[in-house]
Amino acid sequence: MPASLVQGDSLLAVDVGAATTRAVFFDVVEGEYRFLAASSAPSTAEAPFKDLIEGVRDAITRLQSVTGRTLLDGNSQLITPSQPDGSGVDAFVSTLSAGPALKTVIIGLLSDVSLESARRLAETTYARIIDSIGLNDHRKPDQQIDTLLRLRPDMVIITGGADGGASRSIHKTLEPAGLAGYLLAPEKRPAVLFAGNQKLDDEVKEMLGSVTSELHFSPNVRPSLDTEDIEPAARQLADLVIGVRRRQLKGVDVLQAWSGGRVLPTAYAEGRMLRFLGQVYGGTKGGILGVDLGASAAVIAAGFKDKTVLGVYPQFGLGENLPALLQYTQLEDILRWLPLDISTGTLRDYLFQKSLYPASIPATKEDQTIAQAVSRQALYLAMQTARRDFPRSARPPKAGLLPLFEPILAGGGALGDAPTPGQSLLLLLDAIQPVGVTTIILDRNNLLPLLGAAAARNSLLPVQVLDSGAFQSLGSVVSVIASASYGELVVRAKLVYDNGTEARTDVKYGSLELIPLATGQSAKLTLQPQRGADVGFGPGRGGTLSVSGGAMGVVIDGRGRPLALPEDSVRRRELIKKWIWTIGG
Amino acid sequence: MLAAVHHIIPLTTIVRERLLPVKGKVLARLNQKVSPTDIVAEAAWAREHILLDVARILNLSADAADRLIRCKVGDRLPAGAVIATGRGLLPKMVKVPRETRVTASGGGQVLLEAGESRMELRAGISGIVVQIIPDRGVVIQTSGALIQGVWGNGRVDTGVMINLAEKPDTVLTEGRLDVSFRGSVIIAAQARDVETLQAAAELPVRGLILASLFPSLLPAAREMRYPIVLTDGFGSMPMNSAAYRLLTTNAKREATLNAEVYDRYSGARPEVIIPLPVSSEQASPRDVETFAAGQTVRMRRPPMAGTIGTVLALHPGLTTLPGGLRAVCANIKFENGEQALVPLVNLEVVG
Repeated sequence: MPASLVQGDSLLAVDVGAATTRAVFFDVVEGEYRFLAASSAPSTAEAPFKDLIEGVRDAITRLQSVTGRTLLDGNSQLITPSQPDGSGVDAFVSTLSAGPALKTVIIGLLSDVSLESARRLAETTYARIIDSIGLNDHRKPDQQIDTLLRLRPDMVIITGGADGGASRSIHKTLEPAGLAGYLLAPEKRPAVLFAGNQKLDDEVKEMLGSVTSELHFSPNVRPSLDTEDIEPAARQLADLVIGVRRRQLKGVDVLQAWSGGRVLPTAYAEGRMLRFLGQVYGGTKGGILGVDLGASAAVIAAGFKDKTVLGVYPQFGLGENLPALLQYTQLEDILRWLPLDISTGTLRDYLFQKSLYPASIPATKEDQTIAQAVSRQALYLAMQTARRDFPRSARPPKAGLLPLFEPILAGGGALGDAPTPGQSLLLLLDAIQPVGVTTIILDRNNLLPLLGAAAARNSLLPVQVLDSGAFQSLGSVVSVIASASYGELVVRAKLVYDNGTEARTDVKYGSLELIPLATGQSAKLTLQPQRGADVGFGPGRGGTLSVSGGAMGVVIDGRGRPLALPEDSVRRRELIKKWIWTIGG
Repeated sequence: MLAAVHHIIPLTTIVRERLLPVKGKVLARLNQKVSPTDIVAEAAWAREHILLDVARILNLSADAADRLIRCKVGDRLPAGAVIATGRGLLPKMVKVPRETRVTASGGGQVLLEAGESRMELRAGISGIVVQIIPDRGVVIQTSGALIQGVWGNGRVDTGVMINLAEKPDTVLTEGRLDVSFRGSVIIAAQARDVETLQAAAELPVRGLILASLFPSLLPAAREMRYPIVLTDGFGSMPMNSAAYRLLTTNAKREATLNAEVYDRYSGARPEVIIPLPVSSEQASPRDVETFAAGQTVRMRRPPMAGTIGTVLALHPGLTTLPGGLRAVCANIKFENGEQALVPLVNLEVVG
């Protein structure tokens, strides 16, 4: 009997974001799982609603009207399992990214070893590191205690010590956390994850067990000095984060009850899917990339053959944290993406005003253009930050560039909700600046994290849905690395369709060229680089490869890597307008 | 679809919790009449902690050190008090460096707290204490006009409102602030420089109600010791007509500015409360409505950001906006007669 018939449960998956709550329905159609419908509603975790279930019910109610299937009963409770009359659903999973970034203190031994691992671990979730305590900390323990009492972290991550290694130093770093926890009122105590020397688990339990809101243990993130394994600890951290959210946000307990305890942080669930895809599809030279840009955070998940890098950056989220973006970038760096002539003051006002209303959306053309410029810079910064942790084995073709990613999956409100596929694609090309030949796929319905959440319940569902065309291919992109002047020829391209017809184009430096190739079609693309340009085969090397189509067909990005925009603002704006026009506005 | 409500109400019942951030002592009594500056609760906590590692200082094991420690949790110790003495002919002594209280002891260590920080929680509004929350604070009820803001600098004060906003976009300048405004709450639309904020501080004023402020002025605004409430946002937005009308028609009345920092999760918002006498108790305002035709709404975002309009009709399904996005929209008529399609997520109901 095929596995799909064994596991043939319908599944409702809900993602509760900072701004939007999305509900997605999957069911078995002709023996295979399919994505059937999606709906969304404004999230309600914040005041005045202060109960995220309101938004969840709203999204499910809209889903009911799309599918015609009753999912909630008269008391607005989820009907589960599915009933003989066709109402209800067999299973429910949920992901969650709503809530303020968690104030996090990391504790470790050496700043470039265990504290660095703690930092990477914290970056796998919606955390904001507010302090770090290590052996090189010059503060006295009582000063560290007072700092912890003042900062009142939501979460403390403790790392340090190889398994079976030294323990005395770790004791020393644990003291401030323990004493601060003792002094705090029980409801203000942080949740703690210990991901250090496993030999100390019992002692840590004895020392911190009664002075934390919850204490989790995970396998050591640094079992030995030169080995780092973040993933098992990230899984524990995901549980801990949901525990903290349950205390912070009303409604999480209902999601937990409906899902049988299967609520995951959205970013973790997305990372899980990327890990799976990276293991299946990741090549030796590169990997696969997932990017998600929303109100709560920018999330970068890169799956390589031997490693997954998950970076969650609340500082680059497009919601309430937006003014903080200016701690990482200049207004001019955002303005460079704009085809409009607006002042830095106007842009600053925009960032602050938008932060008041994260769920609001751009209604005018100008507002939309500014929003996309901000999204570009936020995603660009997130990519640059995530790059630090890419494995050395994933070598870029040139220093300072990304390694090859094939494919690139993009989701989140800022990317999935762009008005046209062309706008989504251009935003992604500008912000990510991929190299070589890659396919760019848009996750309009934010399915990826939900599939990651579903995977624990039903391993077949994600695989079958991924294969079912639930994602929108924007097209195949050839990114050219070249040293040339604007207007100089860098690539000659020929596309031979399955029916034998050909399309040719000459790509000049600084331009974008599109060759139509519909979704579902494939063709042979021959590339002849000029002037030593690299199109993925090495500098000056040409070749022929199979490409698949998409909403934008085959796109040859001749604008160079890294993308250098003209300094002259008038010329730059003209060029950006031209690219937008080329890509379909 | 559910709609958040932005309160701009001429007369309503206002109920506010005033809570200490840590456990403390509630000073107000049930049914007590309070004014905004009355202290309703207070809390004290240690300014700093001192960790004395007796075992390390005396070079003993933790157990051995514990046996030598003479103080216990709760003891108040004067500066120089000996808490442990080592052994030998010339025993080392462990003394407390200043006046302290013992917070914890064990494992060869003693944790002491020194100094005291106090916090006095003020009523923030005038009204009646209708509930005592043990160790934490009170619930106060009053009647009057309520104008919610979008940003506050964290201060609270009360004073008589003086209207210096001839129009909803009047810019307040340093030169307009003279000594006759000392102790007043100033209604203006915009302040565009630090000098104006500083001049208001030097009078001093009891508060400043503005429509908007440039983000570059926010650090200075946070430093001011008087409350600043922004009714509309950032940049050079004029004051929305509903707030402008309500504030200016109540000029010369006493108002409380609770410029609380906006917390989107707790719902704490900056606000202006104008206590007014009532003959019968008014209904409390609703925080959530369902969008419907006829409602007065405020635009959260362009077009016409900050302006007030009326919902003419809700559009079924999704509508494509000029920017290209598709969203559930309403047709809004603005006060100048213009109409526009606005996504519901960009609207808040005024009331």
